[in-house]
Amino acid sequence: MRLDVKKTYKLFIAGKFPRSESGRSYQVKDSKSKHVANVALASRKDVRDAVQAARSAQAGWASASAYNRGQILYRIAEMLEGRREQFVSEITTLTGKTAKQAEAEVSAAIDSWVWHAGWTDKIDSVAGSMNPVAGPYFNISTNQPTGVVGAFAPQDSALVGFVNTIAPAIVSGNTVVVVSSENLSLPALTLGEVLATSDLPGGVVNILSGKESELGSWLVGHMDVNAVDLEGTSNPTELEISAANTVKRVIRPGTYPREGSKGNLQHILDLMEVKTVWHPKGH
Amino acid sequence: MFDYAPAPEAKLASFEKSYGHFIAGKFTKPANLYPTINPATEEVLAEISHGTARDVDLAVKSARAAYEKVWSKLSGAERGKYLFRIARIMQERARELAVAETLNNGKPIKETRDFDVPTAVSWFFYYAGWADKLDHAGLGPNPQALGVAAQVVPWNFPLMMLAWKIAPALAAGNTIVLKPSETTPLSALLFAEICQQAELPEGVVNIVTGFGDTGAALVGHKDVNKVAFTGSTEVGKIIAKQVAGSNKKVTLELGGKAANIVFDDAPIDQAIEGVVNGIFFNQGHVCCAGSRLLVQESIHDEFIKKLKRRMSTLRLGDPMDKNTDVGAINSADQLAKIKKLVKKGVSEGGELWQPECKIPRNGFWFAPAIVDNVSPANTVAREEIFGPVLSVITFRTPAEAVTKANNTEYGLSAGIWTEKGSKMLKLADQLNAGVIWSNTFNQFDPTSPFGGFKESGYGREGGRQGLLSYLKAGK
Repeated sequence: MRLDVKKTYKLFIAGKFPRSESGRSYQVKDSKSKHVANVALASRKDVRDAVQAARSAQAGWASASAYNRGQILYRIAEMLEGRREQFVSEITTLTGKTAKQAEAEVSAAIDSWVWHAGWTDKIDSVAGSMNPVAGPYFNISTNQPTGVVGAFAPQDSALVGFVNTIAPAIVSGNTVVVVSSENLSLPALTLGEVLATSDLPGGVVNILSGKESELGSWLVGHMDVNAVDLEGTSNPTELEISAANTVKRVIRPGTYPREGSKGNLQHILDLMEVKTVWHPKGH
Repeated sequence: MFDYAPAPEAKLASFEKSYGHFIAGKFTKPANLYPTINPATEEVLAEISHGTARDVDLAVKSARAAYEKVWSKLSGAERGKYLFRIARIMQERARELAVAETLNNGKPIKETRDFDVPTAVSWFFYYAGWADKLDHAGLGPNPQALGVAAQVVPWNFPLMMLAWKIAPALAAGNTIVLKPSETTPLSALLFAEICQQAELPEGVVNIVTGFGDTGAALVGHKDVNKVAFTGSTEVGKIIAKQVAGSNKKVTLELGGKAANIVFDDAPIDQAIEGVVNGIFFNQGHVCCAGSRLLVQESIHDEFIKKLKRRMSTLRLGDPMDKNTDVGAINSADQLAKIKKLVKKGVSEGGELWQPECKIPRNGFWFAPAIVDNVSPANTVAREEIFGPVLSVITFRTPAEAVTKANNTEYGLSAGIWTEKGSKMLKLADQLNAGVIWSNTFNQFDPTSPFGGFKESGYGREGGRQGLLSYLKAGK
C-alpha cells in the first residue's frame, strides 16, 4: 500500500503561492462534512499584499496587446482542459455533484475562457465609436480597463462561477483580487496553478480563500481598488456604502449569471471606462 | 489696448414674480419661497419654491403615472417627434433662454448665446433621432426603459445640463423628475413652459425646485428607478451611499482637476488660447476645467509671460455685455470658497498673479488668477477650486507629465498640447481621464461620450454610450 501525497492549498498572490501572512487556516469539508483539507484563511494583510500585487501588474497587463491577452486567456483554457480530471474530482468531493455534472461544470468553465479569449481584440470594435461631431475634429471613444477590481466569487459555485467572475475583469486589462467561495475554495485555489502555468503575468489574478464577511470591508474599503464585484457577499448594501467613499464602480449581486459557458459583454464593459479623444483636423 | 464701448444685450427675458413646481404638466401654487438672484448685481429675479418631500412625492407619482399610462405605450418614433419639437421651440426661444441663463447664472452672454443654448438644443436633436433606433444601442433587440428617472443638475450650465439629462432619458422612454440647482432654477422653469408649448404629455417631465434636502428626497424616493447626478464629488458620494442596496441605476458626473499638458513642441499661441479657454471659460465653473497647467520646464518662463499678457486682455464685468469674457461668480458661497482655497495655496508656497481689472461694486467677482510654482502636494494642485484659478506645475519628460497628471483622485478630462502625433497618442492612452482634448480644450458634442474615471464619477453622457445610462437589456 502506498500513501498518497496530499496538496497544501495556499493563496495565490503576485504569481506565488504563499500561506496566509497571518498563519491562519480553516477546514474545508466534503459534501458529507468530512475533512478534506486545511486551507489558508486570508487576512487583512493578505488583502493588502494582493491589492499591491494587482496594482503593480495592472499597467503592464493593460498595455499588452489585445491579441496577446487573447492568446493567454486561450492558454488558460488549454491548461484547464489538461487538468480536467483534477477539477472534476474536487467538484464532486466538495459539492456532491455526480461526475457527469462536474464534467459539465468544468466544460462550461473551459468554454467560458475560450469565449472571453475571443473578446479581447473585439471590445472596441463593438463598444467603441468614431463620433461624428459637428466640427473639424477627429473624435474617437475607446474602452479602457478601470484598473484594479476587487471581486467576490459566488459562494455556491465551485469553479464556473469563479471563472465567470475573474474572466470578465481581466479580459480587458484589469487586474483582480478575488475572494473565492469559502466552502468550495479548492477548485479556485487549484485554478491558481492553472493560471501560473498559462503565461499570465504574476499579479493579474490574486486569489484569496477565506471568509467574505471578514475580507469584504477590507477589500472594498481599500483606496487603491477601482471597482468591486459584490456577487459572493452577504452584506452587499454595507459594502456598496463603503465603495462610495472612493466612488468605486459596483456590480451588485445577481446582476449577471455566473453559471454559463459564456459571459456577458455588458459585464466586461461595467469594468471598463469610456475614454474619448479629440484632435483638430487641419493643416 | 483698445477699449470697447458697452454693448449690452437686450433683456429679452422676463420672469414671473414667483414660481411653483412643474408637476403633471402644470405649475403648482408657489409656496415656501426663497429669492433667486442675479449674481452680477445681487438683484432678486424671482421667488422660487423650496420643494418638500411631499412635492417630490407628487412629482414622482406624476412621472410614474405618465410612464405607465402614456410614455411607455408610445412608439419610439412618436417620442422622438416630441424631442424634435422641444428642440425647435428651444431654437425659437434661444435668445430669451440665453438672456435668462446669463441673468440667473452670471456667465457672459456670448457663452450662453453661442455655447450653452445651442449645445442644449443639439442634445435634443441628437437624442430625438435615437428614440426609434434603440435596437442599435448595444443592448440587443428591444431594450427597455428603466422607468422614472430622478435627475439632479448643477448651477454651472443649468440649461445644458438639463438637456444632457432629459434628452437621452426621454429618448430611451423614461419619465423624469428633475431638480435644478437652488441658485439657477429659472432656465429649467422656462423649459417647463417649453414642454407645455410642445404639448408633451403631462407628467413626462416634472421639475421640482429646491435645495439639497429636496434633492435628497428625490434621490431617496422608493419609486425612482434611475438616479443621474451632476455636481460635486462630495455630494456624489452621499448619493452613492443613499442608493446602496437599491435597484436604482446610478450615473454620476462629478468633480475634476484636469491637467492641461503643454510640451515644448506645442503650437504655443494656440496652446495659450487653449489654456485660457480651459480655465477661464465660464469663470472656471467647469468640472472638466483645465485647472492644472503642466508646462514643460524649458518653456515655462516664456509661456507664463505670454499667458499673463493674454490674461491682461480678458474683460471682466457685466455678463450681459457682448464683449465680456469673464462674468460673475455664481454665488457668495462659491466666491468665499475660491478665496479660501487660493489663500491656502499661497500660504503653501504658490505665487499668485492676477491682471489689473476693475471689479464691479455689486455682485460676486474674482479676477482671473494663476498660481505659479505649485508643488504637487499644494492644496491648489489637489482640490477642485471651481473658479478662474490656474495652478502651474512644471515637468521635464513625458513620463513625468503622465505621473503628475494622473496624481489625483479625479479623472474627468485632460489636455495635451504637442505637434507630435505619436507622443500625443501615447499620452492619451496613459492618462486616466474620460475625455482627452489634444491641441484643443472644452469641446462638447452630443455624439461624443463625456464622463470620468475614478472619483470623477461613472457612466457617460452623450453618444450611443450615453443612452446606456437610461436603458436595460430586453427580456
